[in-house]
Amino acid sequence: MSTVPLTYDGAASERRPLGEILHEWVTTVDHKRLGILYILFALTFLVFGGIEATIMRIQLIRPHNDFVSPEVFNRMFTMHGTTMIFFAAMPVLFGFANYLVPLMIGARDMAFPRLNAFSFWMSAFGGFLLYFSLLGGNGLYGAGSAPDVGWFAYAPLTSQTFSLGHSTDYWTLSVLLSGIGSIGTAINIIATVISMRCPGMTLRRMPLLAWLNLTMAGLVVLAISPLTAAQLMLLIDRYLGGHFFDTQAGGSAVIWMHFFWIFGHPEVYVLAIPAFAFASEIIPVFSRKAIFGYPVMVAATLAIGFISMSVWAHHMFTVGMTAASNGFFVLSTMAIAVPTGIKIFNWLATMWGGRIQFRTPMLFCIGFLFQFLIAGLTGIMLSAAPFDWQLSNSYFVVAHFHYVIVGGILFTLFGAFYYWFPKMSGRMYNESLGKLHFWLFVIGFHLTFDFMHIPGLLGMPRRVYTYEPGRGWDLWNLIVTIGALFQGAAIIIFLANLLWSRWHGPAAGSDPWDAWTLEWTTASPPPEYNFAVLPEVKSRRPLWDLKHPEDPDWHYE
Amino acid sequence: MILITGPILSPTNIFAPASTPAQTIQGLSFLVLTITGAIFLTVFSLLCYAVVKFRERKGRDAAEPAQVYGSAQIELAWTVVPVLIVAVLFLATVRVIAKIQNAEPPTGAIKVTVIGHQYWWEYRYDDSKVVTANELHVPVSDPAHPTPTFLTLLSADTDHSFWVPRLAGKTDLIPNHPNSTWIDPHEIGLYLGQCSQYCGVQHAKMLLRVYVEARPDFDRWLTEQSRPAVASDSAAQGRQVFETTACVNCHTISGTAANGKFGPDLTHLVSRETIAAGSVRNTPQNLRRWIDNPQKLKQGCLMPAMGLSDSQLDAITAYMESLR
Repeated sequence: MSTVPLTYDGAASERRPLGEILHEWVTTVDHKRLGILYILFALTFLVFGGIEATIMRIQLIRPHNDFVSPEVFNRMFTMHGTTMIFFAAMPVLFGFANYLVPLMIGARDMAFPRLNAFSFWMSAFGGFLLYFSLLGGNGLYGAGSAPDVGWFAYAPLTSQTFSLGHSTDYWTLSVLLSGIGSIGTAINIIATVISMRCPGMTLRRMPLLAWLNLTMAGLVVLAISPLTAAQLMLLIDRYLGGHFFDTQAGGSAVIWMHFFWIFGHPEVYVLAIPAFAFASEIIPVFSRKAIFGYPVMVAATLAIGFISMSVWAHHMFTVGMTAASNGFFVLSTMAIAVPTGIKIFNWLATMWGGRIQFRTPMLFCIGFLFQFLIAGLTGIMLSAAPFDWQLSNSYFVVAHFHYVIVGGILFTLFGAFYYWFPKMSGRMYNESLGKLHFWLFVIGFHLTFDFMHIPGLLGMPRRVYTYEPGRGWDLWNLIVTIGALFQGAAIIIFLANLLWSRWHGPAAGSDPWDAWTLEWTTASPPPEYNFAVLPEVKSRRPLWDLKHPEDPDWHYE
Repeated sequence: MILITGPILSPTNIFAPASTPAQTIQGLSFLVLTITGAIFLTVFSLLCYAVVKFRERKGRDAAEPAQVYGSAQIELAWTVVPVLIVAVLFLATVRVIAKIQNAEPPTGAIKVTVIGHQYWWEYRYDDSKVVTANELHVPVSDPAHPTPTFLTLLSADTDHSFWVPRLAGKTDLIPNHPNSTWIDPHEIGLYLGQCSQYCGVQHAKMLLRVYVEARPDFDRWLTEQSRPAVASDSAAQGRQVFETTACVNCHTISGTAANGKFGPDLTHLVSRETIAAGSVRNTPQNLRRWIDNPQKLKQGCLMPAMGLSDSQLDAITAYMESLR
């Protein structure tokens, strides 16, 4: 099966003019190509966001450093946050969802291929606008002004009074456009999972990855809509004399916070749930066991999705809500720890009694389990509102959410890259480089984000371009910066490994991991139509049934 | 380590509380840390055990391990136990919320209105006419006879947040949305903090200094601060320059024509240890540099360089130095 000729852009194949290849990619409506476009787009922005983070870390390496001006530093953290959330994390997860969901449910494409292309290009245009602000940000007054209002852009800092020029407009428009793209893709994923499953694939037999992406897509529709509305309201305030957030004319800064965080917290799960999806596919395969407690995993996912819509104001414990409101959000936030804990226990039980193979994807998933445990526990600390009054907006919070996003989400994402790279490219990556990437990144991650908690406990607020000596923060900031350099080196190895292997890796074959879901039944990379004959499934692990006809899963499910 | 070395490790350590709200929070945080620590040790050990025990070994039977699909009893167990833990944590937390948030000011409490401005703090003592900036003075509070200070938090422009970690958790200052918080420091001393809600270019240099003084010292300070400025003759030239340039549009010096509200009140400028919202020591040299071009010391602050001549600078600095 591995000898099926590459259907597009093939390595050894026909030398077609570059223009023709590019034209095919730009006009494509194929879910696999759009998935890869999403991923490449996100990787580009991951590098931008990483450069911004590095600039911040160099500035903070010692107190009263003057590597960059305060204005530049403030732009860096605004661009870093906006880039990483809207133009790296979301697109890369959408890319994997696009690529994998149809293959895993035995479909030939997404439900709405043209909407798919439209959504991608909207997001891409949003990313372009955000960075065009570097050239066009200050309009007539000169170039070189990116947004500097922070990634959650609290009112009234975003009003015309405090944010002159056009940098905030670029921020608003880029988030607005990417939001439209995200909603389009989310609707597409929902429609695909609901209506495109192959014969025999009931909801109870669907791979967890499809279930989790369905939940994620539902959250996107619910969470991005208020964000998009808020961006429109901000534009009305800035250009049409509206007063939604104009505190000098009776508007409310707090309303913006509610709008933003009713998006912002479900957003964490929009990113985390697909990460859970990768772990739920990779951990069973490399433990050589079926996922433990499939129905409970689905229920826990739905519970997380549901509860995540009611926790947003735990970002606002310090804004002066009543004791009763604070109490409600304490309870809802702590409650979400229960289904999340259930997930960790089920992954643990999946490994229990298995035969764990330490291939690179599995290493990243094991790292994820340990780190996500810590991220969840610091989350519980932050959910105790009075503790949060100390920790909120300090470096402890920055460390906490990077533990979630890097230690949790990015780790499983790296696992996903290595796991599905053979399927996407038809070639194996280099295992030694993969392991080197893992260990370097583990070292860098822990140097940076373990030690970043400490200055927060010692009173260092976030978003400061410099700090006073004598506060006991110096050493920790130095270590954090050193860790960032390790992470940078690991990312370079990762990109080099994928790039080199794309053209020089050994052929992967259709099923290099001896795995059990439908994407491994077709060629690597899959032909444009995915499956010559639509598969028919009788259990959650159709390839297990095929490989073990004497003991198929459908005997037990 | 952070817990033991307390203020030695950092003057802004949240685990070196010196006031009831911060102490109460520390008590809750110890409970939370104990519970989360126990969960961490349990799950961490299980994960380590599983990864080591069930790793693939060379030479062992390569057949697939036994397939286990789930267990209702086990799922129930690891659902119920976390629910119970959450219940305990929730109840402990709401008690502390109520204790801190619903506290009423006793008679004898000091009341101060704090107004956040882009990159400095304004303090208005409600029961006297005292207005000062950046350095808050409060009396020490004896736990037997508490004299806490209650703060009303307002903002003149963007969002800010008042955070002195050793005294209390942070509370935001939001325009159009008055907030309040309180502190009752038990020990005399200087407590540091800084703005902890991003408020613009110089958010980083919007530092907080709280001077906790014995009651007689505090009362003396308050009396001195309530007097108008006494201009010495030697500073008459500087006063004239001050009052005839744009300085008066933003700054107040009580007892003079200067009554601007945009910048800090300068009536008793020399009584403060710092300028530029706590970021620069208040010495004549620094003051002169600041007046010459504030942007050099605090780039992006809202006070412009006035383009004064050397002799005007000397005169204004001399005048400022007379504001005791």
